[in-house]
Amino acid sequence: MTEIRNEGIPFDTKYFENININRSAVERRANSLGGRRTVKKEYQAAWLLKAITCIDLTTLAGDDTAGNVERLCAKAISPVRRDLLEAMEMTDANITTGAVCVYHNMIADAKRSLGSSGIPIAAVSTGFPAGKISFEQKIDEIKKSVEAGATEIDIVISRELVINSKWEELYKEVKACRAACGDAHMKTILATGEIPTYTKVAKASWVSMMAGSDFIKTSTGKESANATLPVSLVMVRAIREYHELTGIKVGYKPAGGIQKAKQALDWLILMKEELGEDWLQPNLFRFGASSLLGDIERQLEHYVTGRYSASYRHAMA
Amino acid sequence: MKIKEIFNTMVYGPAPESAAQANEFLDAHDRTFQLFINGEWKKAEKHFETVNPSNMQVLANIAEALESDVNEAVSAANKALKDWVKIGGRARARYLYAIARQIQKHSRLFAVLEALDNGKPIRETRDIDIPLVARHFYHHAGWAQLMDTELKEYKEIGVIGQIIPWNFPLLMLSWKIAPALAMGNTVVLKPAEFTSLTALLFAEICQNVGLPKGVVNIITGPGSTGAALVNHKDVNKIAFTGSTEVGKIIRKAIAGSGKKVSLELGGKSPFIVFEDADLDSVVEGVVDAIWFNQGQVCCAGSRLLVQESIQDKLYEKIKVRMEKLRVGDAMDKCIDIGAIVAPVQVKTIDELVQKGIEEGNQMWQPSWVCPQDGCFYPPTLFTHVSPSSIIAQEEIFGPVLVAMSFRSHQEAVKLANNTRYGLACSLWTENINLALDIAPKIKAGTVWINSTNVFDAGSGFGGYRESGFGREGGKEGLFEYMKPKIEEQFSEKPVKPAIQKSKIAIPAGIDRTAKMYIGGKQARPDSGYSYIIKNPQGETIGEAPEGSRKDIRNAVEAAHANGKWAEMTGHARAQVLYYIAENLSARKAEFSKRLIEMCCYSQADADAEVEKSIDRIYTYAAHADKYDGQAHHTIQRNVTLAMPEAVGVMGIVCPDEAPLLAFISSFIPAIALGNSVVVIPSETAPFSATDFYQILDTSDVPGGTVNIITGPKEALAKELAKHYDVDGLWYFGSKEGSKDIESLSAENMKRTWVNYGKYRDWMNNEQSEGTEFLRHASEIKNIWIPYGA
Repeated sequence: MTEIRNEGIPFDTKYFENININRSAVERRANSLGGRRTVKKEYQAAWLLKAITCIDLTTLAGDDTAGNVERLCAKAISPVRRDLLEAMEMTDANITTGAVCVYHNMIADAKRSLGSSGIPIAAVSTGFPAGKISFEQKIDEIKKSVEAGATEIDIVISRELVINSKWEELYKEVKACRAACGDAHMKTILATGEIPTYTKVAKASWVSMMAGSDFIKTSTGKESANATLPVSLVMVRAIREYHELTGIKVGYKPAGGIQKAKQALDWLILMKEELGEDWLQPNLFRFGASSLLGDIERQLEHYVTGRYSASYRHAMA
Repeated sequence: MKIKEIFNTMVYGPAPESAAQANEFLDAHDRTFQLFINGEWKKAEKHFETVNPSNMQVLANIAEALESDVNEAVSAANKALKDWVKIGGRARARYLYAIARQIQKHSRLFAVLEALDNGKPIRETRDIDIPLVARHFYHHAGWAQLMDTELKEYKEIGVIGQIIPWNFPLLMLSWKIAPALAMGNTVVLKPAEFTSLTALLFAEICQNVGLPKGVVNIITGPGSTGAALVNHKDVNKIAFTGSTEVGKIIRKAIAGSGKKVSLELGGKSPFIVFEDADLDSVVEGVVDAIWFNQGQVCCAGSRLLVQESIQDKLYEKIKVRMEKLRVGDAMDKCIDIGAIVAPVQVKTIDELVQKGIEEGNQMWQPSWVCPQDGCFYPPTLFTHVSPSSIIAQEEIFGPVLVAMSFRSHQEAVKLANNTRYGLACSLWTENINLALDIAPKIKAGTVWINSTNVFDAGSGFGGYRESGFGREGGKEGLFEYMKPKIEEQFSEKPVKPAIQKSKIAIPAGIDRTAKMYIGGKQARPDSGYSYIIKNPQGETIGEAPEGSRKDIRNAVEAAHANGKWAEMTGHARAQVLYYIAENLSARKAEFSKRLIEMCCYSQADADAEVEKSIDRIYTYAAHADKYDGQAHHTIQRNVTLAMPEAVGVMGIVCPDEAPLLAFISSFIPAIALGNSVVVIPSETAPFSATDFYQILDTSDVPGGTVNIITGPKEALAKELAKHYDVDGLWYFGSKEGSKDIESLSAENMKRTWVNYGKYRDWMNNEQSEGTEFLRHASEIKNIWIPYGA
């Protein structure tokens, strides 16, 4: 699929300075969405398979080794038991996860394990998760990850720039990161759990997109508050406005705390309702998740067999 | 569809809620229901069909209650009343609590049955209607518990006839039955013809919790059943929710009967969007305002008023959103809009839409088509509509939004109030200063800031103008179901001091000309006539101006022209009232003398009436800055402010007796809360009032606050009742006069307070002073202010 990358636009506060997000109204919309839309039976199975293709299957732990990264990659290549795919007539649909997501120093292991599968490697970068390293180190880290074979870079922004409304500095920081990424796609993590208001989340989304982010992403998974539907609503509405302004489609990645199949469906519904079908494909939508896949597999087995499943019946990552 | 195809297209599929248990319930009744009278099912002679509007299939046969059935139901309610009162609020609380529990336990059955019968989406019945129903019974179980201690001065009204609409069948039932039962009343309820089923399931719940027989009676049937209920002599109050047209008929039918009435009628509620609003949230607000329950909502935000600077952007966003709305079977869990309740409603909606198109308004509907096998109507948007358009004025009661722009905040308020209705208003801005500036200026019982169509048992709901009167929910709603115990002490004849038979010296001297008082100036009657005033001994004591309808017209205009008084703070109004009392005190002797001349009082009685008048002014000066509102505990995260507001321009028709004290006792509480008044003083003894304008003149009362028209009481009262621009009317006089007032006031639904020929003792503080007067001089407006940064 060829697509126009977001090259960003010149910094101008006029696009976002008047943004006012009404939290109560946003929460009301987010809360009612699950009651307005649902998918059942074969629709649910199809949507869950789609969700799998949008997962950045992630391991970001201090005790990551070549061994568990290898398992993760194997699971990414073959996320669903073959008999289940057969039962759903989906063996030829090339169901893999959207990417694997690791720390910089696990890229080589991931690359080796993924072989020729074509599954992209995403590396978290710029001093993930806190971002408290020097600007030079951030740029250096991005470059090294790209050299090591990561084709997707998940950067974290400097939250203090958001907290203190230093929007132009934030723009410059993100733009420099984007330049360092080269051909690698950049997902910009706002760490919304550390941004005090929805209005600032929206403004940070705008600045990140204006600076050339390919995706905007909620969280590192390490903040006390993870991705929520209301915060996602705020961010995807910013994506929609940016698209209306520039014609460019920026992707979206909620991350952290998404563990259940039902949650995945809620997010897919949110994307379809607020942005449209284009954002239901891995080129514009990803989940940052580690345990989500396991729950989806169980739900798929339930769909195929009519029996509630057990996690030991599915290969672990 | 194959999984791969869905995987590639990512379409939605059907997601039906099961109707199995609802069908079991219907089958258990052989799909034929009877009348619930005196705790038992009474076989009806005739039945009619109730239909599922999503697919036009017959669901069940519903009984048609005839007049004899209505009689039986009312008599059962009447019989049950005594014991239901006697067991006390605390025992009643247990029953209401049990009902709430039962509703929760069977919540899905209620939700499914409602969606089937009404056509509204299962999401709404499941997530909104039924939880609110349970909440209403819980909340009022609490009020029952507290009645004996917190509301000691009030008692039940008696047998309540309740007629509810089809748009929120069970929710409206709960709004009617819960407060009525809590306050010790018994009820006869008639559900709407289209949607009886959940009320009948509710009847079973009443049986299950062992509710005493006759406390709740449910009689199904058409309008004629309702009419029989309205006109039944043993019904003490009618509570009605429905169309303004029927509301007016009911108001007229029971005028003068002494039956209390609360009417929750139609609306054409404004939805105001200022340029600093969160527009994406506004769009969802619009969805909740006009596409909730297919727009069949009395308080639907059906008139979109948009600040001109953002109108194109907002219309575009709304259209994009409309394209994504899904219309379908009420039982589908993947839709936004269900079925219109019946074909006749679809026809009405479509006729109005066609008129809107003929008028040249720009109409827009989404590109997709509705399902063809049920009563569906697509969401419809009219933009650039002028206020003069029919679709901007008439309640469409369907999924049709009419939009127009405004330039300034002032213009927004004017457009918002440019309607006969006054039920609700939604306003959107991120500026709290603006929001709280506009909210009080809108004639509406409920104002939602940055939200819409949110309800709670703890907050009163009801309208101004032709949207009806009375409140449902909150403490303010309880007053519709109880009455002051003190009313039982009122007498059949006017209460006044004995006449002194001694000869009274009528002063000779310069002929003082009593005039009327309009807009802060003395005014001669338009007619050019005067009439002779005699004392009870037949002696002529002077002449008074003979006011006519033109003087009423002038007085009402003067009252409206006075904006100052209403804008003053309670403290400032109190200062003026104290000043009035002070000036009256300085002229005590003169006012006593007048009473002796006009009424042949003894000196002591005259002095007592003047002294009491001064004291009464003190009372309302005291109340002026204290009769304030509440911050209700509603269930959403918000502050719900229940603010008492002045009714507006009030007519006050004084009794003949106590010419100074009754005059003071009736108009002072009205102005204490910021109303402007047109007062008709005692017809037989008007000089205390005409003397009084000199006191008003010297007490800093802004011109137009108090207007005094002397003359033929009944004729002038009728002019006030007929006047469209009078918002409230108090009448203290005869039974027949009370009837005329109630009947003539129906046309613009002005609030009336009449005495049905029962007389207060004006010297008695308990009977003639206090919050009961203030309550009738005000309306509660609930302002919902969600918060969260």
